[in-house]
Parts: sequence; C-alpha cells; structure tokens
Amino acid sequence: MRAPTRPRVAVHKFSSCDGCQLAFLNLGEDLLALAERVELVHFAEAGPLDPDAEVDLAFVEGSVSTPADLERIQRIRRHSRMLIAIGACATAGGIQALRNGADGAQWIAQIYGRPDAVASLERSTPISSHVAVDFELWGCPVSGPQILAVVNSLLLGAAPRDDADKVCTECKRRNFACVMVSRGIPCMGPVTRAGCGALCPGLGRDCYGCYGPAENANTDALAAQFGRQGLDPPAIARRFRSINSQAPAFLAAADKARMKRDE
Amino acid sequence: MLVARLMELGYRCLGPAAENGAIVMRELAAPDALPRGLQAAQAPGRYRLQQDPHQRYFAWANGPQAIKPHLFAPRESLWRAQRDEQGRLRFTAVAPPAPMLALIGVRACDLAALALQDAHFLQGDPPDAHYARRREQLFLVAVQCAEPASTCFCASTGDGPTPTAGYDIALAELADGFVAAAGSRKGAALLDALNLPPASPQQMAAARQQGQAAAASQTRSLPGRALRDVLMGRLEHPRWDEVATRCLACGNCTAVCPTCFCHAEMDEPAPNGQASEHVRMWDSCFGESHGHLHGFNVRPDIRSRYRQWLTHKLATWHDQYGRSGCVGCGRCIAWCPAEIDLTAEAAVLAGDREPS
Repeated sequence: MRAPTRPRVAVHKFSSCDGCQLAFLNLGEDLLALAERVELVHFAEAGPLDPDAEVDLAFVEGSVSTPADLERIQRIRRHSRMLIAIGACATAGGIQALRNGADGAQWIAQIYGRPDAVASLERSTPISSHVAVDFELWGCPVSGPQILAVVNSLLLGAAPRDDADKVCTECKRRNFACVMVSRGIPCMGPVTRAGCGALCPGLGRDCYGCYGPAENANTDALAAQFGRQGLDPPAIARRFRSINSQAPAFLAAADKARMKRDE
Repeated sequence: MLVARLMELGYRCLGPAAENGAIVMRELAAPDALPRGLQAAQAPGRYRLQQDPHQRYFAWANGPQAIKPHLFAPRESLWRAQRDEQGRLRFTAVAPPAPMLALIGVRACDLAALALQDAHFLQGDPPDAHYARRREQLFLVAVQCAEPASTCFCASTGDGPTPTAGYDIALAELADGFVAAAGSRKGAALLDALNLPPASPQQMAAARQQGQAAAASQTRSLPGRALRDVLMGRLEHPRWDEVATRCLACGNCTAVCPTCFCHAEMDEPAPNGQASEHVRMWDSCFGESHGHLHGFNVRPDIRSRYRQWLTHKLATWHDQYGRSGCVGCGRCIAWCPAEIDLTAEAAVLAGDREPS
C-alpha cells in the first residue's frame, strides 16, 4: 500500500568525501525500490537539485568546516522535519577534524599560495554541535544496509534501531577468530560500534575504529591491552586519533595516552 | 575409514582445520583429508597454532567454537511476513536447510555443553524447531582430550577430559591407533559396519591412563561446583568493580562459550515495504540492548554486565538447569582480549584466593 503522499527526502553534503552518499547509490535495485516509496527532492550526487526544499527527512553527510557551512546547516534544519547525520564527518567531525588539535592556519599558510582565499573554520565539527539532530548513523563510510534499515523503519513509523554494540558482536556472529587473541594484533573492535559487519577482522586485519566509539567503550582497558601487546603511548594515541579522533571517548583516550608519553 | 563410511552414509563431515590462526571446524574434502599435527598453545587472551611433534590427529584441545554454531545459528531467519494484493499479511515459517552433519573431534566439554543447549532449546513447549531440525541430523564423533590446554579446567567441573555420554562414537587416540566406542544406536551400527578388530586390554588401559594423565595435567580449576549461594551472597563484592576496569564488555566470552544461548530477535523489512524477515541472532549480556527494558537499562555499566555473566553462568544456572553453566572448556579465558580469567575471578569472589 502506498502512502497517499510520499515522504520528501533530501541528501545534503557538507565537508566530506561523498563516500556516504555512495552508500545510497550502491544500494542499486534497493535504491529504486526505495525511490518508489519516497520522493527524492534533493540529492546532488544522484541528480535532483533543490537544496532549499521543505522535506520530511534530510540526510546530512559531512562536517561543518567552513563559514558557509555554518549558515547552511541552520537553513537545512529549518526546512527539515527530521534530520539524520550520516557518517564519521557528520557525527564526529571526520578525518578533517585532525586539524582541531593542530594549528590549521599554519598548515594553510604552508600549503596554499594565497591562504586568504581559503575560507575554513578553525575546527571541523559534527552536525550535532550546531543543530538538533534526530538520529546519527556512524561509520566511515556508512553502509547501504544501515541506510536502508533507517529509511525502512521511518517509513513504517518505527524509531530506527541504534546499534551501539561493539564490532566484536558482529565479528563473533560471523565466526571470525579474534585477531587480538590468535595473532596478537591490536584491534579497535572492542571499543568500536558495530555496523560494518566486521569487515577488517574478516580479512584478518584489525579494526580501525571507522564506526566510532561503541556504548560503554572501555578505552582505558583497551589501551592497557595495546600496551601489553607492544604499542608505546604515541602508537596507542594514534589508534584512537584516526577517522573519529574528535568523538569524545576516542579523544579522551588519545589524550590520556599522550599524557602518559609526557610523564 | 570412519570418515569414508560417514560420507557414504551421506554425512557432510566437518573436521579441524587451521584458519586465521585458529582451529575451526571445516568440511573435509575427502575421507583422508583429516589433518595431522594441529595443536594450539592457549593462555589468557592468547591462542597460537603450533605443530604437534607426534603428528597426531587430535592433539589440539579446542578452537573458538565447536558444536554451538552448527545448531544455534549465529544469525538466521525464523519467519517471514508478506503483504498480499489485498493488503493482508501472510506469515510463513522459514524451514532452514538441515544437512546430515558429522562433527569429527568434539570434546567431552563440548558434549556437556550440548546437553545444556539441548535443555534450553529442546525442553521448552514447543521445542525450538530450527535447533531441533539440525540436532536430529547430527552425528558426533567425540575424542578424548590427551593434551588439554593451559586454559582447560573440565576435570574440576566434572565434564572431561574423557567423553562419557552424548556421543555417537568416542575415540581415544593412542600411539598405536584408536580405541573406538559406540554411544548410540547410530554409532554402534556404524562401528559394526567397519568390522574393526577389538581393542586389546593394553589399549583400553592406555586410553584410561591417558584420560587420567590429561585430567591431572590441568592447572586451572573452579573453587567448587556448587557456587550458587557463595556468589549470590557476594553481589556487592568490590571485585566486581575491579574486574569492570579490565573488562572490555566486548562479549567475546559469551560468543565462544558453548553453553551461552542468549539471542536477540528483530524484523528486517524489505526495501519495497511489502515483506519482512524475522531474524534471530546471537546476543550477549555484555551488550546494551540485552538489559534494555522500556525506558531504562537494568545493566547500564560493565560492572553489572560482568556480574550478570558470571553469576548466571556459575550460580543461577543451577536454578534453571540443575547444574552450573560452565563446562570447563576455558574458551572464555583464551578468547578474552583483556586476558580475564574466569577461574581467577571466581576464586577471588568465592574468597579462596587473594586478589592479584
């Protein structure tokens, strides 16, 4: 049964690599099925362009990183009944938030001939730092099944499921041997949110923490274990200071490791 | 010979294989494909493959999983809902494929765990249809443990190292061959068909001694089998806070535990909005949703989750199934990425060991 009017959906991009928008496009046939049930009014990467349209649901990819972003996110919020932040940039500031702990202006001066032509905020911040966000989908990038599950839930009038369990739960369901135990590789899985399906451990690699902190992430215990596995404090800090460096739990863990180094 | 006969009977035969640094059960490509010399050194948070110098078939103690995932699937669809042209919902049960499966090399601890999983999944009314279907198709070739890992403590739980029940065929691997015993009608029929020479009294004695030596070699143990009252009397013990600082709440212990049966169920609607799958998957008391009730979480922190795991496993399991839920396989010790040792925690909580 089709609803009399289809919900209007927009996909917006801020400072990002576009990879999360690709999660929509990579849905393939499922995207076509979904497009039957919603009206895609703005999705630059797929075609439709109407950035200021009133919508029921706005997906926002990317972090707030420029002065123009500051103003645009307010406008989008005003035009959207529901706003969902998707991906590491939108939920934690992204890889570009590594500049938050450095002198960004100096970097710009070193690299660009005309630094004054670069309009960039000092810090890269998540969408939730600026406007109310109704739901966050973590991941770098988010996966097609995650997007699908959220849209499906909303279309059925149900709250989307927030899976904040650890990557380990997905890893064990797929019967992968724990790489920390069987090969002594420091893995971020025990503090990282599920959602990727344990992609890296499935390939015999350690988790990089792309999906950000899980709930009850015991970063102290994991850092201690990394130490026992041979990582020194700077190396431990680097494990937490990656794609989700500004997510509070990872930021605190990296700072703690750094303080240990300075001791 | 045994594997060949099982294959002739139509069984898919699973035996040990080394994969990604662990011993896992994989389909044997041919009757003579059972590997020799596999072994693994185990310690808290550590599992490393090594070679058995004697090139035996079963000199390994265990891998991260044995029987559980073959009966209690990590993830499977239970039923489907479909909207028909009139807009009515139709519900269909999903019948999972249940091939005839033979597991070669299960251990006494695995069989004890199987009995507990059976108690959980089959003694309900109605029994779990998916589990039951696969259970009927299962043929179990058990093996006496000759070389327990350092993490093993089945002698202290009374579940090993020699299989005593629950198998179709039990083997003991000796220097000069195998001693085989049937434990079921299916197993007896198969052994009859193989027409094996009877084991000599010396071989029988060697198998007995091998079991005794394996039990004696175990260095870990639980502080008794009746821990219900002692643990339930220590729900506010400071050790729970201490272990919570080390525990990652990753749930690995519950996933590798052969008796843990918790699962979550959820619906996965199809993209067209006209159908939905009802999926069951392994869950863990270390996860957030496990303790989630309407409006609040009964176990919001790692302390309460670790306490739930340990007191359910070693204490309240007695109320549910008449015995402890621990069979001494030691998987939760070896596969804990934070090196937490259940036997050490239980000893401190029970008061017969100083906190280390």
